[in-house]
Amino acid sequence: MFYRSHVLVCTGSNCNIKGCQGITEALRRELTRLSLEQEVRLVETGCLGLCEHGPALVVYPEGVMYVRLTAADVAEVAEEHLLKGRLVPRLLQPTATVDSGYSLNMSPFFSKQKRIVLKNCGLINPDSIEDYVHADGYIALATTLDTKTPTDVIDVIKKSGLRGRGGAGFPAGRKWEFTRWATGSPKYLICNADEGEPGTFKDRLILEGDPHLILEGMIIAAYAIGATKGIIYIRGEYDLSIRRMEHAIAEARKLGLLGQNILGSELEFDVEVCAGAGAYVCGEETALIESIEGNRGEPRFKPPYPAQQGLWGKPTCVNNVETLANIPAILQHGAEWYQQIGTANSPGTKVFTLTGNIINSGLIEVPMGITLREVIYEIGGGIPEGRSFKMAQTGGTSGGCLAEEHLDIPMDYDSLAGHGSSLGSGALLVMDDSHCIIDLTKCFLKFFVHESCGQCTPCREGTPALYSIIDKLSRGLATESDMRLLKRLSRTMQSSSLCALGQTAPVPVLSALVHFNEEVEAHFKGDCPTCKCHTARGGRQSAN
Amino acid sequence: MTQSMLIQRFIGEPGGLLKALHALQNSNTNNFLSPQDLELVSGAFGVPLAKVWGVATFYSLYSTIPRGRYIIRVCESAPCHVVGAHNILTALAKNLNICTGETTADGKFTLEVTSCLGICGVAPAIMINDTVHGNLTPESLASVLALYN
Ligand SMILES: Cc1cc2nc3c(=O)[nH]c(=O)nc-3n(C[C@H](O)[C@H](O)[C@H](O)COP(=O)(O)O)c2cc1C
Ligand code: FES
Repeated sequence: MFYRSHVLVCTGSNCNIKGCQGITEALRRELTRLSLEQEVRLVETGCLGLCEHGPALVVYPEGVMYVRLTAADVAEVAEEHLLKGRLVPRLLQPTATVDSGYSLNMSPFFSKQKRIVLKNCGLINPDSIEDYVHADGYIALATTLDTKTPTDVIDVIKKSGLRGRGGAGFPAGRKWEFTRWATGSPKYLICNADEGEPGTFKDRLILEGDPHLILEGMIIAAYAIGATKGIIYIRGEYDLSIRRMEHAIAEARKLGLLGQNILGSELEFDVEVCAGAGAYVCGEETALIESIEGNRGEPRFKPPYPAQQGLWGKPTCVNNVETLANIPAILQHGAEWYQQIGTANSPGTKVFTLTGNIINSGLIEVPMGITLREVIYEIGGGIPEGRSFKMAQTGGTSGGCLAEEHLDIPMDYDSLAGHGSSLGSGALLVMDDSHCIIDLTKCFLKFFVHESCGQCTPCREGTPALYSIIDKLSRGLATESDMRLLKRLSRTMQSSSLCALGQTAPVPVLSALVHFNEEVEAHFKGDCPTCKCHTARGGRQSAN
Repeated sequence: MTQSMLIQRFIGEPGGLLKALHALQNSNTNNFLSPQDLELVSGAFGVPLAKVWGVATFYSLYSTIPRGRYIIRVCESAPCHVVGAHNILTALAKNLNICTGETTADGKFTLEVTSCLGICGVAPAIMINDTVHGNLTPESLASVLALYN
């Protein structure tokens, strides 16, 4: 059927919380009331990215986005825009105006983005495999099976330079190659959707918005490495992701995209969902494997790496959701195309989640190498309530805090590592000048104290020891020897913890000592410049 | 259905232990794994009780102490922290008249803190059982709690 208009309503988790269910129902009612059902199609989609301004909808073909809607607003949009063809200026997305251009593509929030992984998010109905196929879905898989050998596929991925998006940035093609040539069968492919890094919710929204993209990436990966079994490990809290993924798997099986003789080829591969039980450390690949095996999620000593001995002792490749979501596009458009995006050492795009004191908090995808300034001020819309920027933490809680002077460094794996931070999982936490570096460091450390699995001594004992020194510092009670211990302990943990949790827990502490030394010194002397801490000379108490 | 029937289907399954614990906890009106539950799993799976305890106490979604009908989990991680998670926790504790980790006298609510729930786009956020509530203020909490009356 031909529709003159499509209305896309975001039903991602964040909008769900804000009541998009009511919006969808109201819109459906209005379309019936105005007899527009034959002309306007309502599509429930995944996340559009502007979570701060939800619930939201977009009217196509014009590309007009309406935000912060109530059921009453929906009636107005239906009557004015859908029936009479007139904009409703008061509900337009924040950066759009009637004269300067109201189309989504013209707003800085979208025009600065480059959407490969998120290309369908917010545009298709994630519960419909037909929608995915209409958007060129499964074409990359079909042509790959037809025209490429598994080694060809590995070569393309190696040449593209794609690096793992789960945090460590390991070249995906090389990991596949290790698994391909490891001995043992069956081989397993695990999609890591445990996503526990504070400030990260990209994998959730990709799973919710475009589950078939991940399946397609997984099937291609399985073909390349010779895996016959796939597991998607989704964190237990991600209800909607689990449901949408299970639905997608069932639909794919029906069409012969999973199971035996996939698309008439020799390929055999099937996927199941495994739900986590709440432990950040289970995102670490060997802990995740332990968890699937029904054990405590304690990381294993490496080597052997999962590629040699992973799940049930068999060769296993663990990849992040976003890594797998890049695969279909790379095979469809080629390694050269992918390499042209981003920077030489970090090709492609990165999905970031913007949180904290930022106007457009939400989900974005940008070319690697974009500056922090562009992300915060142009896409993110800047700092709210007229306050000014103080710091940003990249890479989640195990990343470093960057100050104003770092706003122009390019965001890619190597540049951020050079400044004592990391790209990590793509979390970007922005903080205004009302926040205190010591108060935040305490918050970061509390997280590690809670999430340390307790298996190795440097991490189990080190995290509470770091916390207690920072706590003393926040009260203005730290001594010279505490400060020396802080540094020494940090180095010990970095060099001797068993997994990256303990190795990176000191990163925010060390970056605070380097980039915010003045403020640390002030606390040492008993003063908290932002009055967040109960320091010896006052602070929160005296400020009240 | 008896407890042992509930976990029957997970016994042969590789890695079925976690699923069995999930099933048992979900069927328990006090939202926890009792010592009897753990012994049952130990016997049925043929693994030492110590191992079952080890698993049950490792993951934050399991509890080995009785809890209320509704479990309120307040996110304490940095993105929620910078937009006022602490005020939410204080207001909830005051409103329910309990401390973190405690259950209200009528057995209705348990107050817990948690690491990031992955909904930081609408921080500060909490989960009450499977439902997420976001963009909270101390003032808006009353209307959220009212949904559970
Ligand atoms: C404490 C800890 C937590 C982690 N959490 C995640 C996670 O939630 N998701 C993820 O994909 N990788 C996580 N990782 C990284 C994984 O160990 C692994 O490197 C990754 O899944 C590999 O996929 P990639 O090569 O596609 O990035 C974590 C690592 C550590 C040390
Ligand atoms: S930090 Fe609170 S939900 Fe992520």
